[in-house]
Amino acid sequence: MSNFTDRLKTAFKSLSPANVGQYIQESQIYRSIFRVGVPDSDRKRMLVMLGSVFLHLHPVKVRKSGIRMRYTWCMGGITFFLFLVLTFTGLLLMFYYRPTLEYAYVDIVDLREQVPLGIMREIHRWGAHAMVIAVWLHMFRVFMTGSYKPPREFNWNVGVILLVLTLLLSFTGYLLPWDQLAIWAITVGSNMARATPFAGSEGPGSALLKLGDIGFVTSSSDARFALLGGRFVGESALLRFYVLHCVGLPLVAGFLMAIHFWRIRRDGGISGPL
Amino acid sequence: MSNEESKPKTPPAVPPPATPPPAAKVGPTAPVTPKPPAAKPAAPGATAKAVPRRSFLNWMTLAWTAFTASMLAAGTATARFMFPNVLFEPPATFKAGFPNEIQAGQVDERFKSKGVWLVRTNFDQWANASGIYALSTVCTHLGCTPNWLEGEQKFKCPCHGSGYYKTGVNFEGPTPRPLERFAISLADDGQILVDKSKKFQAEKGEWINPQAFLKL
Repeated sequence: MSNFTDRLKTAFKSLSPANVGQYIQESQIYRSIFRVGVPDSDRKRMLVMLGSVFLHLHPVKVRKSGIRMRYTWCMGGITFFLFLVLTFTGLLLMFYYRPTLEYAYVDIVDLREQVPLGIMREIHRWGAHAMVIAVWLHMFRVFMTGSYKPPREFNWNVGVILLVLTLLLSFTGYLLPWDQLAIWAITVGSNMARATPFAGSEGPGSALLKLGDIGFVTSSSDARFALLGGRFVGESALLRFYVLHCVGLPLVAGFLMAIHFWRIRRDGGISGPL
Repeated sequence: MSNEESKPKTPPAVPPPATPPPAAKVGPTAPVTPKPPAAKPAAPGATAKAVPRRSFLNWMTLAWTAFTASMLAAGTATARFMFPNVLFEPPATFKAGFPNEIQAGQVDERFKSKGVWLVRTNFDQWANASGIYALSTVCTHLGCTPNWLEGEQKFKCPCHGSGYYKTGVNFEGPTPRPLERFAISLADDGQILVDKSKKFQAEKGEWINPQAFLKL
């Protein structure tokens, strides 16, 4: 009996954090996930960055000045963080929201009145506003620090597309509550698509696209029609905006974001003079 | 044909390909076919049945053309997918009751949900007659739906404040032009027939069109 207690004591004594750490690090599970081990040398640090699908998008080394808050405002990072917040909260909202004329508005009301944690939709909404602001500030910062100049000009363009996607996400999400504000805002907003050159029924050049008396670009076949799936903001417009908002645009944005982050590393790291 | 004859001139020892490259390809696609260096035969180890270099390029051209065409066709078809064939919207042409259901000077709001106000007037300056016209309920500023204010005898848009007289002519707010009028006529059974697919714009001088007004 005392023999067993002694062995237990010795076992506990050897149970120092260092030993446990070593035991974990030598286990097959740990080594199968983290190939390199503790990054305690420059070489290992580099290998860690290259060996991880998440980290490989980031620069291996960052200039000290590059991560100074006063310089970057961390606006790109905040934007990405908000995108993640919006993805997560949006996913949760999708469990309750149904994009039909019958249910859309009452589901939004229920999300506030009946569903637990009624601020979930507000987080999504305020997060969306914050993301638009953060994207603009990020762009402003990049512009003021001259970080759009070569070799970063390609990444600037990717960023501009991401800006447009952010605004489109904001625009499509605006319709989903299906209240008067939403319907008329989208009515007014989508009327702009009528003025698309050639593709909009009232845009320049669209009158040229006709065969005899039959015009190809009419209010039933122009860009606005494709956007709304109808001649006015109705059920199909709600469904289309929902699909674009929840699937289409986030996918494209996520794809471009991967390029955007990866190019930061390729084009000389986070901002700062080259 | 003369091109074909000049080809096997260079290496007389090698028997010419049993099946000469398709002759027809040479003529029209001449720019595609590169001028081969005279010294090079078709291929060093080419058997008689292998595709010679010249026509191989033509095959590649054909393949790429076919691929591009199929991609374009698939893209077009996919784009077409976004334009539904059937719309679950109110029909563009509908019957709107009998003319005597509307009083002179009245703005009939019964069909506002279908996008039309029927207005009966004792005198319309464009038609130069009395009768009924069908006004579009779409604000010509940015597309909201104005409200008819009986007390003030005007259409007022809640979005940005555009105002229109009973005739549809704009007089206040940001809107640049009058409301549109739709084609209006009498159906066989004596009911008013409104055709929203035909619209008439005052600023284009279209309100004088006989279709834009139902004389009574």
